[in-house]
Amino acid sequence: MADTWKVRGGQEKGGSGLAPRGPYIAVITNRTVNLLIRGVMLFSVGVFLALVLNLLQVQRNVTLFPPDVIASIFSSAWWMPPCCGTAAAMIGLLYPCIDSRLGEPHKFKREWSSVMRCVAVFVGINHASAKVDFANNVQLSLTLAALSVGLWWTFDRSRSGFGLGVAIAFLATLTTQLLVYNGVFQYTSPDFLYIRSWLPCIFFAGVITMGNIGRQLAMYECKVVQEKTHQD
Amino acid sequence: MTVREKLRQKISAGFYRHGLLCASYPVPIIVFTAVCILTCCYPLLKLPLPGTGPVEFTTSVRDYTVPSQEPQGDPGERPEWYRGPPVAYIQQVLVKAAVSPWDSKLVPVDAYRSPLGRVFALLEEIRNHVHSDSSGIRSLEALCLQVTDLLPGLRRMQAVLPEHGCLLVSPGNYWQNQRELFDSDPDLLKTVHQHEPKGLHTSATLRDLLFGVPGKLSLYSRKRVVTYTITMALSSYDARFLSSLRSRLKQLHPSVNCSLREDHMVHVHFKEEIGIAELIPLVTTYIILFAYIYFSTRKIDMVKSKWGLALAAVVTVLSSLLMSVGLCTLFGLTPTLNGGEIFPYLVVVIGLENVLVLTKSVVSTPVDLEVKLRIAQGLSNESWSIMKNMATELGIILIGYFTLVPAIQEFCLFAVVGLVSDFFLQMFFFTTVLSIDIRRMELADLNRRLPAEAGMPPPKPGPLRPRETPPPPRPSPHTITLQTPAFRNLRLPKRLRVVYFLARTRLAQRIIMVGTVIWIGILVYTDPAGLRTYLAAQVSEQSPLGEAGLPHLGVAPVFPGGDPTSTLSVLPAPEPTPLPENQSQGHGPPGPAHAVPPIPQISWGPEDEEVWRRLSFRHWPSLFSYYNITLAKRYISILPVIPVTLHLSPQEALETRHPQDTRHPPPPQLGPPPGPEGTTLQTDLTLYKVAALGLAAGVLLVLLLFCLYRVLCPRNYGQNGVPHGRRRRGDLPCDDYGYSPPVSEISPLLLRGHSMDIECLASDGMLLASCCLAGQIRVWDAQTGDCLTVIPNHGLRRSSSSGGWEQRDGWDAVGVAEPESLGGVEGLEVGGGLLGAGGARRRVIPSRPALFGDQPDLTPLIDTNFSEQPPSQALPDSGFDFGGLVERAYQEHEASPTLAFPPSPPPPQQRRRSLGDPPILPPERPASGPPDWDSSVWAMELRGNLIAAGRSSGKLELWDAVEGSLRCSNEDGVSGITALAFLNNRIVAARLNGSLDFFTVDINKPLGLRQYRGTPGRGSMPPSPCYSSEDVISCQLTRSVQCAHQKPITVLRAAAGRVVTGSQDHTVRVYRLEDSCCLFTLQGHSGGITAIYIDQTMVLASGGQDGAICLWDVLTGSRVSHVYGHRGDVTSLVCTTSCVISSGLDDLICIWDRSTNIKLYSIQQEVGCGASLGVISESLLVTGGQGCVSFWDLNYGDLLQTVYLGQSSEGQGVRQLLVLDNAAIVCDFGSELSLVYVPSVLEKLD
Repeated sequence: MADTWKVRGGQEKGGSGLAPRGPYIAVITNRTVNLLIRGVMLFSVGVFLALVLNLLQVQRNVTLFPPDVIASIFSSAWWMPPCCGTAAAMIGLLYPCIDSRLGEPHKFKREWSSVMRCVAVFVGINHASAKVDFANNVQLSLTLAALSVGLWWTFDRSRSGFGLGVAIAFLATLTTQLLVYNGVFQYTSPDFLYIRSWLPCIFFAGVITMGNIGRQLAMYECKVVQEKTHQD
Repeated sequence: MTVREKLRQKISAGFYRHGLLCASYPVPIIVFTAVCILTCCYPLLKLPLPGTGPVEFTTSVRDYTVPSQEPQGDPGERPEWYRGPPVAYIQQVLVKAAVSPWDSKLVPVDAYRSPLGRVFALLEEIRNHVHSDSSGIRSLEALCLQVTDLLPGLRRMQAVLPEHGCLLVSPGNYWQNQRELFDSDPDLLKTVHQHEPKGLHTSATLRDLLFGVPGKLSLYSRKRVVTYTITMALSSYDARFLSSLRSRLKQLHPSVNCSLREDHMVHVHFKEEIGIAELIPLVTTYIILFAYIYFSTRKIDMVKSKWGLALAAVVTVLSSLLMSVGLCTLFGLTPTLNGGEIFPYLVVVIGLENVLVLTKSVVSTPVDLEVKLRIAQGLSNESWSIMKNMATELGIILIGYFTLVPAIQEFCLFAVVGLVSDFFLQMFFFTTVLSIDIRRMELADLNRRLPAEAGMPPPKPGPLRPRETPPPPRPSPHTITLQTPAFRNLRLPKRLRVVYFLARTRLAQRIIMVGTVIWIGILVYTDPAGLRTYLAAQVSEQSPLGEAGLPHLGVAPVFPGGDPTSTLSVLPAPEPTPLPENQSQGHGPPGPAHAVPPIPQISWGPEDEEVWRRLSFRHWPSLFSYYNITLAKRYISILPVIPVTLHLSPQEALETRHPQDTRHPPPPQLGPPPGPEGTTLQTDLTLYKVAALGLAAGVLLVLLLFCLYRVLCPRNYGQNGVPHGRRRRGDLPCDDYGYSPPVSEISPLLLRGHSMDIECLASDGMLLASCCLAGQIRVWDAQTGDCLTVIPNHGLRRSSSSGGWEQRDGWDAVGVAEPESLGGVEGLEVGGGLLGAGGARRRVIPSRPALFGDQPDLTPLIDTNFSEQPPSQALPDSGFDFGGLVERAYQEHEASPTLAFPPSPPPPQQRRRSLGDPPILPPERPASGPPDWDSSVWAMELRGNLIAAGRSSGKLELWDAVEGSLRCSNEDGVSGITALAFLNNRIVAARLNGSLDFFTVDINKPLGLRQYRGTPGRGSMPPSPCYSSEDVISCQLTRSVQCAHQKPITVLRAAAGRVVTGSQDHTVRVYRLEDSCCLFTLQGHSGGITAIYIDQTMVLASGGQDGAICLWDVLTGSRVSHVYGHRGDVTSLVCTTSCVISSGLDDLICIWDRSTNIKLYSIQQEVGCGASLGVISESLLVTGGQGCVSFWDLNYGDLLQTVYLGQSSEGQGVRQLLVLDNAAIVCDFGSELSLVYVPSVLEKLD
């Protein structure tokens, strides 16, 4: 505990000047409750992003005036948003945890504005993958890969982040392959075994984004933990 | 590396010069930038406004061929989208039908039943029309657009819209194109209206689709002309078939005065429609964008106008984007991307980071520099990183450019130009704005600082303040300025805050206004009153298109009497030709024009040429969308309309009449002007009804809001202009909209009685003891403010012989003064109660004349002696023998002659204490001096009903607070008692010579405990010992630590079983109270200790003359943290669970985060009031000011309220402030005490 404490302290100093102590955060003193709240927040962010980005993907094949437009928001299977949300929550909680385990606190650009920028770029990458006409799939995939790595370089720059991102992207791609193979759903024009070749890039960018959000949220917890320790 | 270093230096120097330039000539540079922006944005004027409106292109019908798929030459003429065949050709047959002549027997329904009935014949005609020539036989079936299925969601339309076969719509669709259904329909209007959507609608309605002409005018025409169209969509264009159809229809139903142009077909291209499905991601990106901007601008800090700078930053980014688009357009690149979609990404890519970095850098330069230099320094500090970032971003974007995807390339191009122009704007526009802002802030700072500096003595004289290490440069967190009222926010109850928020933002009005505007907009858009049609007609009249045909206004007067009949010859229609084919116009002589206003009149004007223009622009997309055909990014070709005129005779109308028609329409005809007036009257009536209802609703709403206002708002809302006795100061706490809270909420209670300034204050929550310069101790009830006891100066009998002691006092003081070798004035002051603050910067009370002038001032003393202390006189003189006291005093003073003029250890909490001075050894006092007057009270503590008073003579006295009798006194020590702590039954006294004495108070109770204190009703007694008057109290010295400190002990605090002392020898010592054993000696300060805080939770903080604040761990004696907070002494310290509050000689109150040691914020105090502060609850801070106390919210640093203590307290600063248990504050200013209860603030916070 002493070690983590120190780590947290260091991390704390990195960004504490920027995040003023909100009154509502101070209320959350319980660690589990804090964890729960973070998880719920990450989950909702994940669900929201999944819905919106899925809409982006679906949109291309949707006719202009669908009979009931609202239904197209939930055009994917019902289990899709919860899955994304759960994954987002896990990733978002995993990142700060790994940071503290490795003992290298993430100090690079710990600000909400940076996180927002990251999310915007992530949505932009999705947007590009859905809307921009590429000559062929290789070009699309390469472009997206470059964009994803650029995202990591701009907003993360930590080795742990990169490693985790690659690992999770690989796992997620594998899972998707399995799902498609078993016929749970399918892609309209698969070009990489059963899926789209840009999927890993999108997964990677998503992992980086959610990790960023999770780390930012974890900073509040650090603060609370620290205060508690001081009180005791 | 050298190259890099060189480059870096060059860049830095360049930025420095640029910063100087910008700060020197702000206005010309801003003008120059504005001109640049405008110039670059000028090309944007040529771009079409974004929108989804359709675009038209007109070609001639004659030589029309289907445009080829490939783009052809001369692109200037034909638009880019005009390629390939259209989705459909639209042929409309515009039918105008009227029953003429109008018969008075006819009911209004007749005006449209029979004309509508004719649609079936026409449809039949059109469907069966066959054109045969050499190339074969063509019918409509072959040419028309075959539709298959309606969209599944449109079940309700199924009965009406054609489901299979030709897309041919007409009003006949209401009756499934079957004449029988039409004839048997009892209520045509109802049939038409039952398909209307309820409520507001934005897209084309079914009626519009079927009738093909907009609005209700077709049914409720004043002219009684029924207009409708038969619309057919053709998939291929066959000129010969169409022309034969046209001629056939014209031949059947000639329109005589029709001169419609028939040689132009219009191609309408529809842009991509944004559906909700696309809107959601777009809205999401915008939300993210705004969040980004919000979080970015939130970081701008320490500037004069935060919002101004944030606005400037946003303006910088936005105008750089506009510039980029403008420049790209200027050089021939037309944007093809959807601007609204890529805009957020562009903003995010360009970003606000540089602007923030710039601001931070400039702000963190030394404040005392000139503005120019600050800007230049800030710029050059960040120049390297700015350039590096910019190069990186450009590199990334260039990589993006080489993806060779057109859309990405375009995006990158925009981004590059945007980045460059953003850099330009940052350097010129934003830097200049920043310099202006910084200058403004410095001016404001200067205004605020000047009086403070003037009031302060010159900075510490060098020899007096030896300082080992200069304090490190202070961190510069933001400082809360108290100057402008706008900065002072009130903490009000939630209910009031909500109401104030509503009032401040005028939310209700705005919502109503916006609602009205939206409502009007919807009204205009959906057009129930035909306003848009009217406008369109007006426009088309004035447009060049209309000049081709006859001017509309010219037509009307020419044919007013075109109808043969008049009201005079009603019944017999001259030639009621049953066959419409042969019917023609203009038969019969023109009747008298004035007599026949309601004659149906069919006229063809230029506005009929393109009826579809008056339809909603969504008309065609929605029609086609029903069949799952999108028009987005495609076009349709609209062929010239075929006019058909139908004249029906009244007989025919009567024949087709349905039996229910006669009774169905409400006959509103009143007299001669029959049908049409009636219907219009009816519509007017509904209009009036609606208007009246709306008015009533509005009035009701206003009344409701008024009631709400009366209920929720305080009475004096908005009356802040009322001249109020206490509210005349400029810096009253007002919030933004000028509302000041009522003052009556907290009213201070003034406790008067002391004739001189109050020196010591002590309280245990129920009682309050104060001691003034005159040596008089008064005991007050802390609840009611009543003066309970007066203990006059030591050695004087507090009895009825008041005049006697007073005179003696005076005369003896003179006696003291005469042999004094020191200055006379000081000697006289001694007579008044003491304080030879030899050389100390003691505040001289100007209003206090020297001794002999004191007589009138002392009269209240006498009076109170008489009036308030009758019971005490009846008491036996136990232990208060005057003679004995004098005797003792004599002896004592002869024993300790060295202490006559102690080197200024004035009572604690005294501002500007002279602790920095090395203790001056008191001059040898002549032994002949009278003994007692100069032994003043230096320290006082109150527990239970015992007052412990430490005197300058080293004597410790215990007084009964209620009775005013001396219970015990101890004269073991000889050195003056500088500080006292009274805990449980122990008293710790710190002496001037650095020794520490522990006393034990023993009580021998003969009768048991009796409660004396307070009024009997008070429930909550603090668990402090109470002593009855019968008790024998003895005070024994248990232990004396002789050399506790090398130098005089300045601070003594006791809590949680620990006694902590601070001394001028730079150390803090911690003792255990029980066995007076020294636990730790804490070293870490580089100056004398001036303030110590310890509480029950063993938090120990100390502040010293070096401006440093140390937090210690009492259990281990280790230093937890060490911060430099003040320029000059730390005068007082308070800790809460989350923060440390310190005040210093620099009149600054700083609030530190206890865990991180980061300064949260600081509060600039008024001069001379820096030391007075107290914490009421975890989040409520009280500070003293000039004649007032202020309440602050600790969490936010907001000023909650300021309470003025008295009318005449302008010059008096609150020097001491004591927080009692029952949420009361006692503070002294001058000779008065003030008791302030703050229940209201407490309940708001809790």
